[in-house]
Amino acid sequence: MQRDRAVTIFEKSVSGRRAAVVPEIDVPVKPLEQLIPRDMLRAEGPRLPEVSEPEIVRHYNRISRRNFDLDTGFYPLGSCTMKHNPKVNERVAALPGHARLHPLTPPQRAQGALELMWLLQASLAEICGLPHVSLQPSAGAHGELAGLLLTRAYHEDRGEARHKVLTPDTAHGTNPATVTMAGYEAVKVATDERGGIDVDDLRTKADDDVACLMLTNPNTLGLFDERIVEIAEIVHGTGATLYYDGANLNAVMGISRPGDMGFDIVHVNLHKSFSQPHGGGGPGAGPIAVSERIEPFLPRPQVVKVEGSNGTEPHFELDFDRPKSIGRLRGFQGNFGVFVRSYAYILSLGGDGLREASETAVLNANYLLALMRKGRAGKYLPIAFDRTCKHEFVLSGQRAKRELGVKTLDIAKRLLDHGFHPPTVYFPLLVDEALMVEPTETEAKETLDAFAAAIDDILAEAERDPDVAQNAPYTTPVRRLDEVGATRKPVVRQPL
Amino acid sequence: MTRYTSATDADREQMLAAIGASSVDELFSDIPAGVRLDRPLELPAGMTEQAVYERLAELASRNTGAEDEITFLGAGMYDHYVPAIVDSITQRSEFLTPYTPYQPEISQGTLQAMFEFQTSISELTGLPVASAGLYEGPSSVAAAAYLARGATGRPKFLVSRGLHPHSREALETYSAGYGTSVEDIALAGGATDLAALEAAVDDDTAAVFLQQPNFLGSVEDLAALAPVAKSTGALLVVAVDALTLGVLRPPGDFGADVAVGEGQPLGNRLDYGGPSVGFFAAREEHIRRMPGRIAGETTDVDGRRGFVLTLQTREQHIRREKATSNICTSQQLNALAATIYLSWLGRPGIVELGELMTQRTAYARERLAAIDGVEPLHSRPAVREFAVSLDAPVDGVLRRCAADGINAGYPLGHDYPEWPNGLLIAITERRTRAHIDLLADALERAVAAERAGTTEAVNA
Amino acid sequence: MADNYPDDLLYHPEHDWVRIEDGEGTFGITWYAQDALGEVVFYDPPEVGAGVTKDQSYAEVESVKAVSDVIAPLSGEVTAVNEAVSETPELVNEDPYTAGWLVKVKLSDPGEAEQLLSAQAYEDLLSAED
Repeated sequence: MQRDRAVTIFEKSVSGRRAAVVPEIDVPVKPLEQLIPRDMLRAEGPRLPEVSEPEIVRHYNRISRRNFDLDTGFYPLGSCTMKHNPKVNERVAALPGHARLHPLTPPQRAQGALELMWLLQASLAEICGLPHVSLQPSAGAHGELAGLLLTRAYHEDRGEARHKVLTPDTAHGTNPATVTMAGYEAVKVATDERGGIDVDDLRTKADDDVACLMLTNPNTLGLFDERIVEIAEIVHGTGATLYYDGANLNAVMGISRPGDMGFDIVHVNLHKSFSQPHGGGGPGAGPIAVSERIEPFLPRPQVVKVEGSNGTEPHFELDFDRPKSIGRLRGFQGNFGVFVRSYAYILSLGGDGLREASETAVLNANYLLALMRKGRAGKYLPIAFDRTCKHEFVLSGQRAKRELGVKTLDIAKRLLDHGFHPPTVYFPLLVDEALMVEPTETEAKETLDAFAAAIDDILAEAERDPDVAQNAPYTTPVRRLDEVGATRKPVVRQPL
Repeated sequence: MTRYTSATDADREQMLAAIGASSVDELFSDIPAGVRLDRPLELPAGMTEQAVYERLAELASRNTGAEDEITFLGAGMYDHYVPAIVDSITQRSEFLTPYTPYQPEISQGTLQAMFEFQTSISELTGLPVASAGLYEGPSSVAAAAYLARGATGRPKFLVSRGLHPHSREALETYSAGYGTSVEDIALAGGATDLAALEAAVDDDTAAVFLQQPNFLGSVEDLAALAPVAKSTGALLVVAVDALTLGVLRPPGDFGADVAVGEGQPLGNRLDYGGPSVGFFAAREEHIRRMPGRIAGETTDVDGRRGFVLTLQTREQHIRREKATSNICTSQQLNALAATIYLSWLGRPGIVELGELMTQRTAYARERLAAIDGVEPLHSRPAVREFAVSLDAPVDGVLRRCAADGINAGYPLGHDYPEWPNGLLIAITERRTRAHIDLLADALERAVAAERAGTTEAVNA
Repeated sequence: MADNYPDDLLYHPEHDWVRIEDGEGTFGITWYAQDALGEVVFYDPPEVGAGVTKDQSYAEVESVKAVSDVIAPLSGEVTAVNEAVSETPELVNEDPYTAGWLVKVKLSDPGEAEQLLSAQAYEDLLSAED
């Protein structure tokens, strides 16, 4: 079944088949061309598939089984925080009061939704250590854009024109891409031998033409930058803002707060630390928490709580009256369905539970690292920076490539045959043949043991015969795919 | 509290021993004391699953959704019927819980679903290439603007006042970063004023933005507008309601460079505004500037047909500061819902749905126009939405209708000050003739009462 | 194909070569560059008539997983562009020094060539980088 020839739903179409029954027209029928001029009418229906419901169900069920997924197996993708997706979250998100609520419902009739958003905002403010939150951004990258547009508005409001944004050379690609979209020039800051920001390099580059420094802490090497306070002082000293990419928040919830580290703007990935399912590539959400000085520029509308007068209950409103706001980043209020799930998660864990989640995430990562410092992994896949890691760690496959002839790519492909999703590969760019491993807190010890054993098996096999890994995988629904051909002559739709 | 971890005390001991640390706290010793949180998080204690459910249900009970009132609210998101197969398929672990298909060998389900979504959107819009989706409608408009700016190097966007106000606002917000300006093109008779467009379009124009049907529900004359829009080399971007494309000629037919839109009506819940999905389709020549993931067809080493992420060098993880967008996580599960829905509707279904909505919309317009104090805002063709102007305070009218269990629509005055008592009414397959008759009756009573200045107490 | 660096060419440290004939330079990328890039899938050439400046990027070549700026070893005006490479980008991998040429340029300052490396000097540079 998994090895079926791939056939799209379009190729299963047979004229005359159908699934939906559209309600009959129950009003007096006028000729369509009387209602809409002929030259505006479509001549023929779009060539959507003609298939029955059983065929649709069977089609998608079968192709679903060609996916590996988190509910089925270990998924240690570094910086993605593939933690368990609690099932109660789906149940509450499906409650009709939430799911069938139109975004333009007058606030008086959407008090449940607005209160939920307000409570989520308050929770994120407490977790991040920054008082003001907007839930509007749809993903981390969207939050990054919000952060830089807020930065721009902040500087312009003070009559300053700044042109550069600093990012570490270990930054996630969304950071420099966002810098350009926000109209700034990206300038890289070097990493020192401890894996943190090279503070001397930062000092030379942090001038008053710098609008912002974007960081994540722990960084993409999984290392906490111990000089963060000093870094914050340098950045604030030039009048720039300090932005926190929340991708790695899972390491420090309840332990250290970005606001306390000195960050002005933080985005949080609800699909990472806050358990929203990844959906094969979304949806997620990227709410932002900001300091007092950035608050006036937050997107519009903001969810606000209005205290009751004369003993009446407080109520919640959408506040559009924000003269200095950067405006809107998207329609309506944001990915509310994601807020429901993340709020349910925060309620389930509570403050202690969130701290315990981070502690366990860091424990699991360090345990797996300890296993991988031994034996063949220790020999061929050494840690890139020899320090206690936080929730993730980065190994270099350079020695495996040189001495065994197997690249990180080959190890990743061979892991597929062992029933694991590989770690993130070839990121961060700073580390040659990088392997970024993030187990998360929801994995049991036995899973970590099994993963380390699989790595050892693969390396042992490579010692004997590197050819096996170089041509892996063998047992997956398809084997290595021709990406070159796909890119040279892209075919991006089913021809009909 | 509820835990989703497995570590027992014994596990912890063993793990710490293997690490060579004496406590979990030691693993955090490199965090300077000054930034350590020295108190518990001030959040309520963790709850049982049962308690969480009850709390979330209580919050839901204070929302008046489409289950609780007869709603004619539209303005970008619509109360369509989502068939049960959408949920049963999208709730499958294999679709719900993996991430972006970076390892294509074990992600063929996701990649094929993306390919099918791209095909569906290409078919609907009449444009040859489509990406696997962006966040939602208005930010997709902003993404099209980024493409146009990169392709033309020009600084100005012309935006019809028929474009969704949220799209226009998003364009303004993003323009602060793009270094571009946004200029409005007026409406005449409920549609984009051709003469105004002709006067405005020039060599500084990167793109012209139209919406089809426009925000007031009227079908724009793209045949007349498109050549004018493109006459000085600007790109034409059309934001289109995909569910009207069963009956309407698609933007691709008129020479649109880019078609974008809000995908919520395609098998996605209202969810108080999100998550949904934005679609993005374009002419072939723009493929290398398109934002979003793209799934491409290929073969494996054994000759099997398969799918991979293609043209990745456009994207942030490779091209970084020169990427066509900063997008990483998008809305893949919602795109899958859309693809399933479009397969469920199928070729005949989407046509029938379009015709049904068109006939009911015409009926609703007639019934409401016959009411004393209700004037159609325009008489242009419409598919599923139309606007009227009331000769009475619209807020009062809406409150009275709400008391009758009817949400009569979206008040236009905030976005279109020229129509302070304007009302936008949306029709879907869920709004029957009986509902429309109830709306007409309620509206008639409400308008009369507001005009008479009746001061009877009304429950808000 | 094994690594090779023809003697009749001059080299730029950013892994580009030039063949000079009668005041006209033919530019391309070296064996090292195409090897590091992997299979080339896309070449975005400059326009004929465009100016190129020594040490600055004049075009991009892409593989599946990387984008590379192509650096001009010398300054001048583009007189011809290799359309064959736009059609069949893999020519750059198969034959980086002849069929895989990228642009022809009328040189504005032939004296700049003195700053370039001989084949031997370029190979020494590569060994040092390793």
